[in-house]
Amino acid sequence: MSRARGTVAIVGIADTPVGVVPRPGATGLCIDAILGALADAGLPKDAVDGLVTLNPTAEPYTYHAEAIAESLGLAPSWCWSTLTGGSSAIGALQQAVHAIDAGACEVVVIAMADSLRSGLTREAAVAMQASTGHPQFERPYGAPVVAHYALIARAHMHEYGTTPEQFAAVAVATRAHAARNPAAQMRTPIAVDDVLASRPIADPLKLLDCSLVSDGGAALVLTSAVRARDLRRPPVYFLGAGAAVGHEHVSQARSLTTSAAVESGRRAYAAAGAGPREIDFAQLYDCFTPVVLIELEDLGFCAKGEAGAFVAAGHTAPGGRLPVNTHGGLLSHAHSGHPSTLFAITETVRQLRGECGERQLARAELALVHGQGGVLSSHATAIFGRAPR
Amino acid sequence: MSAPRRHVPVPTAETAPFWEGCRAGELRVQRCRACGAAQFYPRALCAPCGSRELAWERGTGRGTLRSWSIVRRGVNAAYDADGPYVLVLVELEEGPTLMSTLVGVRVGPALDAAEGVAIGAPVEVAFEAWQEGATVPRFRLVRRPEA
Repeated sequence: MSRARGTVAIVGIADTPVGVVPRPGATGLCIDAILGALADAGLPKDAVDGLVTLNPTAEPYTYHAEAIAESLGLAPSWCWSTLTGGSSAIGALQQAVHAIDAGACEVVVIAMADSLRSGLTREAAVAMQASTGHPQFERPYGAPVVAHYALIARAHMHEYGTTPEQFAAVAVATRAHAARNPAAQMRTPIAVDDVLASRPIADPLKLLDCSLVSDGGAALVLTSAVRARDLRRPPVYFLGAGAAVGHEHVSQARSLTTSAAVESGRRAYAAAGAGPREIDFAQLYDCFTPVVLIELEDLGFCAKGEAGAFVAAGHTAPGGRLPVNTHGGLLSHAHSGHPSTLFAITETVRQLRGECGERQLARAELALVHGQGGVLSSHATAIFGRAPR
Repeated sequence: MSAPRRHVPVPTAETAPFWEGCRAGELRVQRCRACGAAQFYPRALCAPCGSRELAWERGTGRGTLRSWSIVRRGVNAAYDADGPYVLVLVELEEGPTLMSTLVGVRVGPALDAAEGVAIGAPVEVAFEAWQEGATVPRFRLVRRPEA
């Protein structure tokens, strides 16, 4: 199904502080993000007729979006909570675009926050750690999520000759971006040897191959391109998106080294009428370093097996051919769990608006954001531009 | 606080025959009578063809390693009693893949290559009865005779 491109724009964004942010908690962070994004857009809260949220691990509600609407005194015509892990933000954005295109909503807010660092009880933290895997056929083996990803890393090494040094290069390039972002949680530059010398977690992955654990959240305000023209910020246009699911459990993956990002990417490129060669920068889901390599390959930025050399050559670092995770990603900016791909979208909006100061990219016309949830399970890809195309 | 326990699988209608098989020393897989595909984990219908005509058969219990990792710390202390352990994906001779862990492999600060843990290495099932009340399939490397 084809649709007009650039009919919907992001007109307001906000990030909360990230890292160790004990107050105001997951609910308060979500509300702060909403109010910040509305202020950025120059819209009153009563303009909101669509609200999409994500139930946090800390401070969950049975009906989360409704509870947030109630807290803000909103009565939206569309009020919905979603959860597809790291692809949640893009999945929500796709649905919001449909709602606006269909005339069902005029102003949609997407807001997600969690307090994984400060807000979990010990029991909740243990339960979250143990929640990865099929309840009968994977969880009995006691492996944390990082070990599930380590199985993928090992398979990629075996199949393509990828090395731990190349995984480490992802962490190094991402930290170099974060060093230029005052909001990032981890800003001290690191070298490949630092990653290799960090504590082994689940071989071949070390501590610095793993993303952070953070508090924080973000929000987006979307409206039609027509209405966006009258608002205070330069609109950033949604050009197309695609989603795909390959499996849920890693033991059921058709391939350990090629993911359904192939399909989500193909669908997003077709919807946006653009290909990987035209993308100026990308924000890729980097819960663990090997994932970035697989996404670079599956989204068509590199041939299969070549992403390790691509990253090791510095092409994704600041000043590279394809800057990746210009805010510092989940590895160095923040990872507050399922909401985190929103940070990739707000950073994309800032880059496309030209607001990034020291880390502003020289060329920022067309950007790709990819999120994935589970263990390379649920994928979503979106493409944004400075122009409606 | 009570002592940490391993996560015990709770069988469902679809999976009970598999867990009964484990207690009887058999690694069972589902076989579709319509298309012939072998399936694991057990489901209510054949995922490729959609048929509900599924039969149980006793698998060989043999397979090869599709991937592996060393878990330095499990999700709770009950998993760490014997130190780091090897998490594996086993591709069964019947075709499907399952997750498990290896028995009989010593893991130190680094895994000695002489232990023979490698993608493609042959393995066979080793059932383990847990005091928590489950019998789960683990795997051991099949040592090839010296060439």
